[in-house]
Amino acid sequence: MKTTTSFAIHRELLSNGLRVVVSPDPSAPVVGVAVVYDVGFRSEPQNRTGFAHLFEHLMFQGSEHLGKMEHAQRVNGAGGVLNGSTHPDFTNYYEVLPSTALDLALFLEADRMRAPALDQDCLDNQCAVVKEEINVNVRNAPYGGFPWIALPAVLFDGWATSHDGYGSFEDLEQATVEDCKDFFQHYYAPANAVLVVSGDVEVDEAMRLVHKHFDSIKKRPAPKRPSFAEPVPTTVRHRVHTDPMAPEPALALGYRVPDPIKAKPDYFAAVMLTEILTAGDASRLVERLVLTEQAATSVQGYMGPFGDPFEMRDPTWLTLEVHYPHSTDTTKLIALIDEELVRLAEGGVTEIEIARVRTALDAGWFSRMDQLVERTLQLGQLELIHGRAELVNEIPLLLRAVSAADVQAAAQRLVNSGRALLEWQAGAAQ
Amino acid sequence: MSAIPSAGMPKPATLPKVTEQTLGNGLRVVAARRAGVPLVNVMIRIPTAGKPLSRVRSRMLEGSMMLGTTTRDAVHLAGDLQVLGSELSVHADTDRIVLSGVTLANGLPGFLEITADVALNAAYPSREVVGEKERVRSDLAYMRSRPGAKADEAMSRRLFGDHPYGAPLPADSALDKVSASLLRRLHAERVVPKGATVIIVGDLSPTQLIGEVDEAFAGWRGEPEGSPIRRAKVRTPSGLELVDRPGSVQTVLMLSGPAVPPGHEDEPALALANMIFGGYFSSRLVANIRERNGYTYSPRSQIHQRAAASFLTVQADVATGVTAPALLEMQYELGRIASLPVTDAELDSAKAYLIGTSAIALSTQAGVTAALTRLAAFGLPWTHVRDHGRAVAKVTAAQVRAAASRYLAPTALTAVAVGDAGLVRHDVAAIYPLD
Repeated sequence: MKTTTSFAIHRELLSNGLRVVVSPDPSAPVVGVAVVYDVGFRSEPQNRTGFAHLFEHLMFQGSEHLGKMEHAQRVNGAGGVLNGSTHPDFTNYYEVLPSTALDLALFLEADRMRAPALDQDCLDNQCAVVKEEINVNVRNAPYGGFPWIALPAVLFDGWATSHDGYGSFEDLEQATVEDCKDFFQHYYAPANAVLVVSGDVEVDEAMRLVHKHFDSIKKRPAPKRPSFAEPVPTTVRHRVHTDPMAPEPALALGYRVPDPIKAKPDYFAAVMLTEILTAGDASRLVERLVLTEQAATSVQGYMGPFGDPFEMRDPTWLTLEVHYPHSTDTTKLIALIDEELVRLAEGGVTEIEIARVRTALDAGWFSRMDQLVERTLQLGQLELIHGRAELVNEIPLLLRAVSAADVQAAAQRLVNSGRALLEWQAGAAQ
Repeated sequence: MSAIPSAGMPKPATLPKVTEQTLGNGLRVVAARRAGVPLVNVMIRIPTAGKPLSRVRSRMLEGSMMLGTTTRDAVHLAGDLQVLGSELSVHADTDRIVLSGVTLANGLPGFLEITADVALNAAYPSREVVGEKERVRSDLAYMRSRPGAKADEAMSRRLFGDHPYGAPLPADSALDKVSASLLRRLHAERVVPKGATVIIVGDLSPTQLIGEVDEAFAGWRGEPEGSPIRRAKVRTPSGLELVDRPGSVQTVLMLSGPAVPPGHEDEPALALANMIFGGYFSSRLVANIRERNGYTYSPRSQIHQRAAASFLTVQADVATGVTAPALLEMQYELGRIASLPVTDAELDSAKAYLIGTSAIALSTQAGVTAALTRLAAFGLPWTHVRDHGRAVAKVTAAQVRAAASRYLAPTALTAVAVGDAGLVRHDVAAIYPLD
């Protein structure tokens, strides 16, 4: 039995600064192509909330050689799937297609990296689409934006991390074509991106095609990335919000965690801590709150706004999200959570407990990396954020290296720090 | 640098070689090898459609089956699974109960022992079942507050009436009637090996995989009270049911009607018609109400194939202020595909997409497991994947139009809208008869 995966990684740097990662895997006749740009909603201008995400939409609206829906049509018509997403620290774009379509995929990504269309009609149209995206996911849904939009607003003071990355309708409507062109010039330089080619490819042929399509994109400087660092809170920041659509209450606790790049061992300890606390029925908080006390309906714990522990730079956070019935007293619920956190901080974890969580994490990682879309995107973001695509194979080993003492230390750091406490009250008529 | 590279037609998907064996207790085991990751995927499908389970009973079975066995409580069950690097979950609905999971390959014997423990010895401890009931109650309250779920509830009743498919959101009073002893009785009656199928896909030889299942489930006994599945009629009452949700900033528009099961002669043509109409991003529905008009974010048309009926649903969540215009465009696109032939470009694109994405789906263990489970559910041969791909490739524009005029015509579908009735009723009534 293998101790971890051994996905091959080949790395090159083009003269225009584009980082290229090629990861062959001949087991199925499919290829994944992704471009990860080093700009996310933390970097958008302060009077343009939601801009990075709106811009992501515009990258699908045509480019020098392609009409408005043509990128998607060509991928779909080749038998492939595509999408993109905007995160706090990057924006990714991908397609997965039959291996015969690699040349096409690289052409498509190069064409929009070189010259996306960016015109007023598309801007107006996608502004309307983004508003409906916000409506369906946030404004017309119970628990909309809870806690991924609402919790950072409580935990952080710096605008970059605390603001709403989906954006306000007012700000979205203010976006101009000039804003788009500036944003593109500034942030979408090849030197500010990682290109991933994975799946049924050979390195030589993949690189030949990469050079063919991307060499002609002129070099321009990558922007200097500002630091978004801010002090860790030392107090409890308590906020109460009433959601008119939510039928039952919920609670989100936010804790700052160590720097995922500069303090890797401590960060990985925090990742393990999250699993020990919340992964499955045998975890500390699920067992106590859901099964034993029957005080909560569900408990989840995860890193950052979207739950991928390896996608964020500092500052980042751990979220504990608890949904509970009206019959549970909120203060008692918080006391139960604190009791379990302190119990772990003072008593530590057993070797058996940490061993089974390690194994579960391994299996989960292998399962996810079996999916070509996931693996392609992870390769790109690990290279971009951590400078090391090889982490795709190494993460299980790093997690296994976390000791029981490390987890206990992480719990102690948690318990002794400030936190955000967001009460989400049920406003829907019963 | 002006020529856009061509991609050619994608190659059809292929399943790995499938080996099957029916065990002495009637349990059918279907195994295939797929290397790559050191995992094994398992799905145990127990059909219940012959005597359909109500939604509330299936939901309670699903949520309670892993609350304990005669030798392990919920926490031990979860812990023992983690030790092996395994996950196991139970899903149940009207048609079937599925135990599905994935494990590190070297944990397979232990994983199967635990799965068998759940299947044979689930205990439904009283206190834990009470806790699960409250969680289901919370879940139902959450679903009722979601406009999409409200639309689905109204449409299900509209399509299926009193059939169990017609009630996806049971009332709290139905939940109150479910007890631990009822669940134990249901489990003893329904969770039986005869008629059930185990799909197992992993980086081991099929003989080895079948052998492990045989060893773990040797003690499993029982026969279902089977009756053949009675087809559920799909009704399409004319008119639109408007469900009021005051203050909604969007209206959920839903149009549904009959479709066909896998293996039906119309299925390849309908799959393509649906794809061109609204089944993928490059569809007419997306081009119109999202990319041209900006009315919505993710409009779609999907075919649902269940054990007792197949149906299709067109859905778009649109800004309240454009409810009527959006509905008009949806009707227009339905009418257009039902009345006029699709272009060669549209047909080729949809074919390539269906064939290509099928191949992508089969490139993972999880995808192979799901595909084999679906084939088993509908009693289709393993060659169906290849045959379906060939059939899709041969479909003509005339056949697409025939399928569209039968299944995607505006008059073939019934309608539901969930939104702020005060704001939308008048405009909607002008273009579509209300109930």
